[in-house]
Amino acid sequence: MKPIGKHSLLGASGEISDFQEILRYLDELILYDNMWDDGNSLGPKEVHNYLTRVMYNRRNKFNPLWNSLVLGGVKKGQKYLGTVSMIGVNFEDNHVATGFGNHLARPILRQEWHENLSFEDGVRLLEKCMRVLLYRDRSAVNKLQIAKITEVGVTISQPYSLKTYWEFSAFENPAQGA
Amino acid sequence: MFRNQYDTDVTTWSPAGRLFQVEYAMEAVKQGSAAIGLRSRTHVVLGCVNKANSELSSHQKKIFKVDDHIGVAIAGLTADGRVLSRYMRNECINYSFTYESPLPVGRLVVQLADKAQVCTQRSWKRPYGVGLLVAGLDESGAHLYYNCPSGNYFEYQAFAIGSRSQAAKTYLERRFENFTDSSRDDLVKDAITAIRETLQGETLKSSICTIAVVGVGEPFHVLDQGTVQQIIDTFEIAAEQEDPATEPDAATGQEAATEQGTAADQGGSTDEGAAPMDI
Repeated sequence: MKPIGKHSLLGASGEISDFQEILRYLDELILYDNMWDDGNSLGPKEVHNYLTRVMYNRRNKFNPLWNSLVLGGVKKGQKYLGTVSMIGVNFEDNHVATGFGNHLARPILRQEWHENLSFEDGVRLLEKCMRVLLYRDRSAVNKLQIAKITEVGVTISQPYSLKTYWEFSAFENPAQGA
Repeated sequence: MFRNQYDTDVTTWSPAGRLFQVEYAMEAVKQGSAAIGLRSRTHVVLGCVNKANSELSSHQKKIFKVDDHIGVAIAGLTADGRVLSRYMRNECINYSFTYESPLPVGRLVVQLADKAQVCTQRSWKRPYGVGLLVAGLDESGAHLYYNCPSGNYFEYQAFAIGSRSQAAKTYLERRFENFTDSSRDDLVKDAITAIRETLQGETLKSSICTIAVVGVGEPFHVLDQGTVQQIIDTFEIAAEQEDPATEPDAATGQEAATEQGTAADQGGSTDEGAAPMDI
């Protein structure tokens, strides 16, 4: 995850080197935006659409950037959350996820998300989703970071671990019912 | 300005540090028919006087919609103005496509000014002979800019360019402090009055002036002739009701204007039937 400009945060899954390339594109974009030195700045909606154009163009050239991107931000009180896939599919929603998160986490979010979540409740909800994913991804590591974006700016927490319980008999003796 | 040996090329400086070709280009703007602009906190209004080659021809188009949130009025070489409008429309559309957001007016104006500057520094080009009043709305509010052939641009509360624009400028200077909080309709009335100042005696009819508005919740559009004529008619009615004894000069002018006004109304309605290209 990386903050972009004054108003946005970008998270990605997939090929990290492609993500780094995207960050370089965005660096340049934000640089030129700042060089105008006028009162205007690119908000999350603009960055999201720019990324959509980039991803879709690469897909058309059969040379995709192998990432799923999540772009969130707040500008002038307006909250924004959107996603772009590696083939350029993009949309905005109240909750988005990449990869298996779409299958495991979004149903939980659909049930439990509501307009007036406090920050703490939001974090708890996300941790619940991450725990579900952590238990089911064989290549996952129990370390996550939470980012918070407000009108004031972006803060990303230090990495921390979720409490997990591995003493279930199914884990101890997986072949028992086979 | 008199001819001298330093005015042949745009790339030749005069000993006094002037680029005469650029200044001559600004003269072209002063020869064009008047265009005025004024803004409030939430709306910007553009107005211009329409010239027609002859009674048989249609009027020159001098106000162009650049995007839903930006419009431009030109004075000077209208052909150059058309080309620059096309450039502006392109820039707006490209920005909208990439960012799904309207192009901030300030940025468009800078791009336009940079484009004009290029023509002041190439020996194989000439400066654009058109002044542009760019009216637009963006996140930071309502804006009115004036772009010169020299590549300079300024932001204004209200401005007038073209021939006899000084009369309009004087009128606007008297009133501009109230514009910020004006309502949209008052702004339109002020615009039409400013146009009337540039006509200096000629009758004000909706066929010779064009008014366009852009504002919060109101995309840029040109007001149709009927609406403009209605507003002009309310002036004439107000003028009739004013006490003629207060200002003797104005009184004779007003009485003459009201007579001409009523005649113009009748003339106007037959005009609209007889000259369809006036629209």
